Amino acid sequence: MANMAPKKVKMPEQEPTVRNKNFKEVALGYTADMAKEEAERCLHCKHMPCVKGCPVNVQIPDFIGLIKEGDFKGAYEKISETSALPAICGRVCPQESQCEKYCVRGIKGEPVAIGRLERFAADWAMEHIKEGVKKPESNGKKVAVVGAGPASLTCAGDLAKLGYEVTVFEAFHKAGGVLVYGIPEFRLPKKEIVQKEIDKLKELGVKIELNVVVGKSINIDELLGEEGYSAVFIGSGAGLPKFMHLPGENLNGVYSANEFLTRINLMNAYRWPDADTPVKIGKNVAIVGGGNVAMDAARCAKRLGAENVYIVYRRSEEEMPARLEEIHHAKEEEIIFKMLTNPVEIVGSEDGWVTGLKCVEMELGEPDESGRRRPVEKKGSDFVLDMDTVVIAIGQSPNPLIKNTTEGLATQPWGGIIVDEETGATNIEGVYAGGDAVTGAATVILAMGAGKTAAKAIDEYIKSKK
Amino acid sequence: MYKIIKKEVLNPQITLMEVEAPYVAKKVQAGQFIILRVDELGERIPLTVADYNREKGTVTIIFQAIGKSTKMLAQLNEGDSIHDFVGPLGVATHLDGVKKAAVIGGGLGTAIAYPSAKALHEKGAEVDIIAGFRNKDLIILEKELAQSSSRVFITTDDGSNGRKGFVTDMLKQLIEEGNQYDLVIAIGPLIMMKFVCQLTKQYGIKTIVSMNPVMIDGTGMCGGCRVTVGGETKFACVDGPDFDGHLVDFDEAMRRQQMYKDEERKACEDCRLRRHE
Repeated sequence: MANMAPKKVKMPEQEPTVRNKNFKEVALGYTADMAKEEAERCLHCKHMPCVKGCPVNVQIPDFIGLIKEGDFKGAYEKISETSALPAICGRVCPQESQCEKYCVRGIKGEPVAIGRLERFAADWAMEHIKEGVKKPESNGKKVAVVGAGPASLTCAGDLAKLGYEVTVFEAFHKAGGVLVYGIPEFRLPKKEIVQKEIDKLKELGVKIELNVVVGKSINIDELLGEEGYSAVFIGSGAGLPKFMHLPGENLNGVYSANEFLTRINLMNAYRWPDADTPVKIGKNVAIVGGGNVAMDAARCAKRLGAENVYIVYRRSEEEMPARLEEIHHAKEEEIIFKMLTNPVEIVGSEDGWVTGLKCVEMELGEPDESGRRRPVEKKGSDFVLDMDTVVIAIGQSPNPLIKNTTEGLATQPWGGIIVDEETGATNIEGVYAGGDAVTGAATVILAMGAGKTAAKAIDEYIKSKK
Repeated sequence: MYKIIKKEVLNPQITLMEVEAPYVAKKVQAGQFIILRVDELGERIPLTVADYNREKGTVTIIFQAIGKSTKMLAQLNEGDSIHDFVGPLGVATHLDGVKKAAVIGGGLGTAIAYPSAKALHEKGAEVDIIAGFRNKDLIILEKELAQSSSRVFITTDDGSNGRKGFVTDMLKQLIEEGNQYDLVIAIGPLIMMKFVCQLTKQYGIKTIVSMNPVMIDGTGMCGGCRVTVGGETKFACVDGPDFDGHLVDFDEAMRRQQMYKDEERKACEDCRLRRHE
């Protein structure tokens, strides 16, 4: 008989008032006993609705069954058949809108904690499985991968397993993309988790060349030409920050979320002055936006010692695109939510520093084309919040560098690369793309799914050329 | 890791390094820059490429030891390595169709202006270089400048060598003597570039400046380096670093450059420079 408890086994966490002062991981993960107890909640449905909700189709009931039996190694191997980065996905996937959304147990009560179980199996494997991955025999064909984020790493891993000689070109000094510069340490530990997953890819034979900006240091024509690559995968992400074009946006103390998070996460500004990159945090900090990036920025600001951190969002909490768990965590950590509030100006001192954020109150009107009710300004409702730091977190779009340096590459008006959805093929022969570079800012697991699809198509393409 | 092939101390503050960086050396053009990180805990700092050798795969940088990172860089010697070195970044300086140019460098800016002067000179343009320094001990690249121009005018603020006064005085004199420049390139401290632009605007001479804001990634993903040009926000790392000097909001740029001055001072006062064995 399954464990019929209506709620998930609780995962231990750091206390909110403790964790909002450190950068250590918030969620501490299941113990073996907790994992087995939670695994008992799975009903092993024959039609496996959960699997359809997973963008890379992890065989969920199978791996959960193995956890139930205490075969943690087997569970990890089962997940690894389809997912390249389980320790990461178990942590950052929005399971409530993917696998767990379709879980039958979710109809009456909470769904099975699939994400937490995946994380458990992956963490267990990292700690206990010591033998290295076996490097597959080379088939002599080279594939180049642009960018080292989740789409690229997945594509590179899958191709390496098939025997391709894969080289990943990364502009930054560290591989991982948004996993290292965007998502903070307290959600995704960099050394223990991200770096270890990347090291495993290297054992498979994937070469990672850091400090190479494709489009500047080398371009795609050269990769396919004189450099001798049979195909290229573009996984360069959506790293171009959007600004609001408000008066005062260039005042000192105003950041894009990308800059703010890059300083903190990639450059370790939270360890300044031991690490050399500084970041400016005032007493009052406003984060403008309502996605995961805004939550991450707000929680970072709190940890860096800001007294009052505000999320300023023009719609209501219901419309916020951030993960529920992140909103919940942010509230526990005393982040202040200013909903239905739209900034209209950033106010500054005579010497050019931010002093306030001028906002107007909003109310919800008719639904717009996205289906969300459109916020409408309340006339004469403007007011100024005292602020020392403002972070703009209203979204990113694809960086135009690849488009501008790859002649003939077809892109959307907003910059996304146009691909065949089935294969990830672009309009240029031998060039594939996936992840945020194609879709605009989305999720880690969707990027991984796109990387997988493209790897399969690249393999077929190269074989067809023989 | 990027090996230092040659190190030369040009003056008490300014150091030249030739670094093995084949990707940069293969592609770089005058006006572009690199970003480097001295070590694992280092920050990313932008430096303009002063010269390159495509065959050898090396790139020359010239920098002034003014803060923690540049002081740590200056400690490295031939045979040591720089942890990270990425580029070329930014847009190359547009030099086509120029017949007579004045290239103006202030202090370290002289090293940054040098490749543009050299490129113009090689294209057959008539190039006057005006290089300004605080005193005679700080003068750099005298020989190289002479080889890459029609005439070189060295100025020192205190008159200890060359002409006494600022680069703007010299430029004004040359213009009033009847030299008809179709382009002025000014590279140096913001305040110097601002005054050069004020002067050339009066004469209606097109003026390019190379902006030097705070940067992190240098690839357009953060906007830390934004500058206002002709009322629009531009990212200096991808849209520049060169801009039409008559359209740049220098006062805003000077203010933004001061954003981390407290932190920079503290990092330097502590001066716990990490040693590299």
